[in-house]
Amino acid sequence: MKPVHYERLGETIYRETLPNGLKICVIPKPDHAKKYAFFATRYGGMDIRFQLNGRWLDTPAGIAHYLEHKMFDTKEGNALQELAKNGAEPNAFTSNAMTGYYFDSTSHFDENLEILLSFVSVPYFTDESVAKEQGIIAQEIRMIEDNPDWQIYARMLRALYSVSTARTSIAGTVESISRITAETLYDCHKAFYTPSNMILTVVGNVDPVKVSDLARRILPKEGGPVIPRDYGSEPEAVGAKEARMAMEVSSPQFLAGWKCRPVPEGEERLRRLILGSLACDLLFGESSPLYQRLYSQGLVNSSFGGDFEQMPGVAFLYAGGESKEPQTVANELQKEADRLIREGFDEDYFQRALRSSFGSSLRGLNSFENIAVSLTEGCFGGFDPFRFPQIFDAVTQEDILNFLRDNMTADRAVLSEIVPKEA
Amino acid sequence: MTRTQLAGGVFLTHLPAKKFKTNLLSAQFVVPLRWETASANALLAAILRRGTASCPDMGALAARLDQLYGARIDYTVRKKGEAQCVGFVASLIDDCFAPGGERLLEPAAALLGELICQPVTRDGLFLEEYFESEKTNLIDAIRSILNDKRSYADSRLLQEMCTGEPYGVPRLGNEQITAALHPQLLFDAYRDLISTSRLEIFYSGSAERSRVEDALRAALADLPRKDPAPLPELAPHALPEEPRFITERLDVTQGKLGMGFSCGSDDAAALLLGNTLFGGSSNSKLFLNVREKLSLCYYASSLFHRQKGLITVSSGIEFENYQKACGEILTQLEAVQKGKLEAWELEAARSTLLNAYASMGDSQGKLENFFLGQAATGRNETPEMLAEQIRAVAPERIFEAMSTVKLDTVYFLQGKEAEA
Repeated sequence: MKPVHYERLGETIYRETLPNGLKICVIPKPDHAKKYAFFATRYGGMDIRFQLNGRWLDTPAGIAHYLEHKMFDTKEGNALQELAKNGAEPNAFTSNAMTGYYFDSTSHFDENLEILLSFVSVPYFTDESVAKEQGIIAQEIRMIEDNPDWQIYARMLRALYSVSTARTSIAGTVESISRITAETLYDCHKAFYTPSNMILTVVGNVDPVKVSDLARRILPKEGGPVIPRDYGSEPEAVGAKEARMAMEVSSPQFLAGWKCRPVPEGEERLRRLILGSLACDLLFGESSPLYQRLYSQGLVNSSFGGDFEQMPGVAFLYAGGESKEPQTVANELQKEADRLIREGFDEDYFQRALRSSFGSSLRGLNSFENIAVSLTEGCFGGFDPFRFPQIFDAVTQEDILNFLRDNMTADRAVLSEIVPKEA
Repeated sequence: MTRTQLAGGVFLTHLPAKKFKTNLLSAQFVVPLRWETASANALLAAILRRGTASCPDMGALAARLDQLYGARIDYTVRKKGEAQCVGFVASLIDDCFAPGGERLLEPAAALLGELICQPVTRDGLFLEEYFESEKTNLIDAIRSILNDKRSYADSRLLQEMCTGEPYGVPRLGNEQITAALHPQLLFDAYRDLISTSRLEIFYSGSAERSRVEDALRAALADLPRKDPAPLPELAPHALPEEPRFITERLDVTQGKLGMGFSCGSDDAAALLLGNTLFGGSSNSKLFLNVREKLSLCYYASSLFHRQKGLITVSSGIEFENYQKACGEILTQLEAVQKGKLEAWELEAARSTLLNAYASMGDSQGKLENFFLGQAATGRNETPEMLAEQIRAVAPERIFEAMSTVKLDTVYFLQGKEAEA
């Protein structure tokens, strides 16, 4: 395995690509008791239409997430219990573009890693076990449907996108998951859980060579073909300007979203991620004049915040929280973006924000989970997230202003609102 | 880990570690949790965070924090046993990563000290605009507990179960008491808080103890200290003669079930293990039966409230499955009480807890939260000592301790249209 040392971060990454196409990243942390393994496939809630053996398949919404639930079943029983015996806390998540399985443990690490790699690479389900999961996932869907944060975000995505599968709910609906069978799950596993579509990341006090040897021994010798996917060809314009829903909540909540231009794979993705997050900090972060004004006028409270996100073929920026006047705050955000595009930033303020944002990125490296997820996203997106200091060095005001000009215009904006139900 | 006294009732817990990118510095006042004072203390923390004599508004504070490479200072309001802990947690990058090679601990500690000792004032009171705006924010925050139905149901269960006991008081108090607060009362509460209540300080990072102590002595030089009040004492929970059943209705699609149990044993290590077996992990009896076997829910878990000797269960279910879920949860508790366990279950529960204790030192946030809980409830075991206690628990002790667990209160949140 080849080590690369990152002087400014005090970290070393060992990387290797196995003959079967699996990419491995190991970040040794000799002073930590915890060892963390993250095994992910490039397959998420957006991947519902894809080509397998020359045929286009349309699968039900929520299938990647359903598969994640069922992967813990093994011929011998359940992988959760095997890992638990060794004190490992395993779990998994499905995002729009990836499914990740992970555990952390302080002992029996090799044994646990072997269990992780085995249960994720060997599917075992029956019609009966698949049917049994319907009730559990239906309750998960009911739970998120009662969650205003989820509703407001999901509705913002559906307003921003009219075609892209970014608008598909990751968990699907109670109706869509009722159409999932053991056979479709096997098809999806076969297509996406091939070593060449997966990344293994380990953080902790481990020997990188042992990790690589174990992966060679456990995983299939062959990779798989590249699976073409269809995310839909999304037009430039937003799908709808507004989305509004009434729920049992204490006060109105909102998210203002901007449909941004997507970026092809490569280091530009990382640069765009940093520019987008800097634009958020500068425009409406805690140090920004706008935030301070809105806060002191009582138009926002400490729930206010936002971010910039990229998914396959799409990118968007959003801000929101609780507010008695969502439309006013959305207008103020747009006015401030317009003003900055015209007038630029105060240079002192810009330098301060850059300094602060660098510190936040560094703080993120305290978390093993965060390291593993960002390295995995980097592998899928063709960039190295540990190169953030170099990107920060090169960012100029003009870069941010260009980002705002390209992405934060009024025609690209949507507003998603949740209002309290009338008593 | 070392714990030293810096002044009357002021203690520093120093947790040295070079493995983090950041330093954590936390200053927490520990006071009794009471309806009458909880909201005032919560409001104080928020108002103090608005400005100091030298940085009188959010803009000036933010600018100073940005200069320290995006250091964060957040106000916190937490409940630990029957104590309320209010204060600030600062996180700053370690000096060795500062591109300019600056020393960051001293200026960050100084700012923390200013937030506590030198608030911006006018005519001997907090600025009226800060008072009013944070009062509104606090009322909004108290109301917004409703938005997360799981937390709402969990909190309602505790309130009902511990009516008349400090443990039933939510960390932010309530809306009516907050609405009645006025500027003079709050400023008196502030002077009282900083001069008489226990102050617990935690540091995790690369700096040696003497450097941290020097920085803090300088930062807190203006802290007026009188005779510190003793730590709040915890009252035992009063078990009702018969279990109580409470149902509420809101416009929701999923029902939330909360079940509260009272523990008659004081063998905390055995109860902790028993609770882990019952519903404390993803291999517990509740997970394997209520979720995996019967498909009744997505989550069903239990929490052991060590300081108060309670166990609470939380689950989200279809409205019509209320009886079925309650019945199954009680069946699983009985299984633990009667020792109906497979060998792997005990092994898994024990290693889950040992893993959690062993990895605590890898997270500055978890360390701070753990040691604050210990300090606020007058305990001094380290994670290693607690792990040792868990290793020593024999199965019989678990069954014996869990046999004292009795159903106390059941809370059910159901939809508006559902049949009763």
